[in-house]
Amino acid sequence: MKPACDDLLGVLIDPRHMAMLDLAAWDRLLPQARQAGLLSRLALQAADLRLTPPAPVAAWFQGARSVAERQLRAVGWEARKLDQALARLGHPVLLLKGAAYAVADLPPARGRIFSDIDILLPKAALEQAEGALRLHGWHGHHHSAYDQRYYRRWMHELPPLVHIRRQTTLDVHHNLLPETARLHTHPQKIIAAARPLPGFQVLRLPCLADLALHSATHLFHEGEWRHGLRDLVDLDALLRHGALQADWWDGLWRRARELRLEQPLALALRYAQRLLRTPVPDTLLEAAQACHAKPLWPLRDALFMRGFGAFHGACHRPGQALAEFALFVRAHALRMPPHLLLPHLGYKAWLALRGAEPETS
Amino acid sequence: MRLKDLALGEIEDRLATGLRIATGPFTFHIQTRLHDIARGLSRLYPDFPLAEGPFSDFHVRIDALNGLRRLYRPQVQFWLDGHTPFRPLPLEQCFAMLEWGMNWCIAGHAHQYLMLHAAVLERGGRALIMPGDPGAGKSTLTAALMLDGWRLLSDEIALIDRDDGLLRGLARPVSLKNASIHLIQDHSSHAVMGRVAHDTHKGSVAHLRPTTPSLENIALPARPAWVVFPRWQARTEARFTPHAKSAAFLHLASHAFNYSLLGSLGFKLVAGLMDTCECRDFTYDRLPDALELFAELVL
Repeated sequence: MKPACDDLLGVLIDPRHMAMLDLAAWDRLLPQARQAGLLSRLALQAADLRLTPPAPVAAWFQGARSVAERQLRAVGWEARKLDQALARLGHPVLLLKGAAYAVADLPPARGRIFSDIDILLPKAALEQAEGALRLHGWHGHHHSAYDQRYYRRWMHELPPLVHIRRQTTLDVHHNLLPETARLHTHPQKIIAAARPLPGFQVLRLPCLADLALHSATHLFHEGEWRHGLRDLVDLDALLRHGALQADWWDGLWRRARELRLEQPLALALRYAQRLLRTPVPDTLLEAAQACHAKPLWPLRDALFMRGFGAFHGACHRPGQALAEFALFVRAHALRMPPHLLLPHLGYKAWLALRGAEPETS
Repeated sequence: MRLKDLALGEIEDRLATGLRIATGPFTFHIQTRLHDIARGLSRLYPDFPLAEGPFSDFHVRIDALNGLRRLYRPQVQFWLDGHTPFRPLPLEQCFAMLEWGMNWCIAGHAHQYLMLHAAVLERGGRALIMPGDPGAGKSTLTAALMLDGWRLLSDEIALIDRDDGLLRGLARPVSLKNASIHLIQDHSSHAVMGRVAHDTHKGSVAHLRPTTPSLENIALPARPAWVVFPRWQARTEARFTPHAKSAAFLHLASHAFNYSLLGSLGFKLVAGLMDTCECRDFTYDRLPDALELFAELVL
């Protein structure tokens, strides 16, 4: 079973399929690509292949390419500003996710939409970094005492910082997963394996395997699945890029075991291979899947396949709402043990009843 | 085929599965079961062509929300591609919500154009661009100029083609607020308006039907000629005064929907606009005086 978006999956697997679509197919595909956050990516791929889609689609592609250019420009600028702000920190600062792909010009950056910038630094450097960032205009946004405590005691990141002039959002992480999560990884190993980024003073780039592992970990701890397919496309692009190196797949698995992130990687490999035909070796797929309880695979498949179709109503399957709710509960259960989670959700529900805007997830 | 070729019942039937309306360069696929939407479209969109061909730029839906609340406080919701970008509104405001939702679809997505927050009208092939802060009387003046024979391109979004710098028309209904609703009704017997929605976040709102010539010539691009900043002021004589181009540039750029997104292209297009346009301030009190001065402008 897959989410009901064959046209979109088809062109993500092979962009040359765009040449074969008629207007009726574009009428289905364009809104799906737009809602999945993948329109700019398709637009750039079509341009690379010198495809000429029908006129109304070509107009949208033109706009989508402008969006992509603007995003790359903005991320590059933001990264330079961050580098200046943290230049005297004396600790390494790693770019994560979209910003890392963009600054290092990795394949997932092509046409990617960025909502915020994520960085990872040693926990010991957190206080100093927060001070430096505040001096340079990044401030926490009216968070209540509860939210502050939630983030600072339990989470793997500070409450999101917003730049007072540019309104860009910055997530400062000291770990990949919340302190309270079931899985415990080793952020210091990721920091140690990062390499300098040419042209930057403190910003560093995690090694490719760590980028893939972080992407997988993030995706499969996510409670809100609207960007699930986009994140899987990131993973597919990273994995294909990595596969150009010798010993990539074995190295990736070894690294996953070292960082204790085999479980999310196993899920990522399975669904990337199923939805986007990522060339994962069969032996690795089998070995990886052994780290999850076997009888539950049909249930997992039913949930995640619905998760990947969450971005557009036309891609939904029967039981969609229930599956999305189950994924939401699953994500929270992975992130916090019940004795912390239940009071937290209760507090959030109470706020929602009073009509207040929630600030933590 | 145009919307006026369908009877109200037929419009309702088609809306249930989706009716496709072309508004300038964009086709909207609109789906609803609301009678008020069918009536509003039939009254305000009669001259709009029904789109041929299988492609729509936006798939929108507007419907009443189910749930217990509908028994005592019925609400309406707007969907784009199955997602709900806004909070629901009271059911009486359904048509206004559709109009705002359609504006948002264009302003938030159509980056193939430079989009300025301004009204656009055309006469003799020359386009008038009117940016205006809320309350400045921009929509009132736009409505009056349209009823006086100017062709309406848009009352909210100036669409500038990135290839030739020309303005493209949408010709969607003009949104009138509060006092200007009666002002326009009293001003012209040709004004056809939809039902007034009261107590919206903008006060009372009604939409004015675009004139037939605005739709007939919708495909004609217009060359920018004037940028006019209107301001309604009680007990003043209607008059134009010069507006510095540098200030006009800044105002247009900072009130654009996607100026910074387009980067150097946005700069180039606004600079081109400044090269070809006369920039003026315009204060007025009474509409007839205002129209007289605009008639002199095109001479």
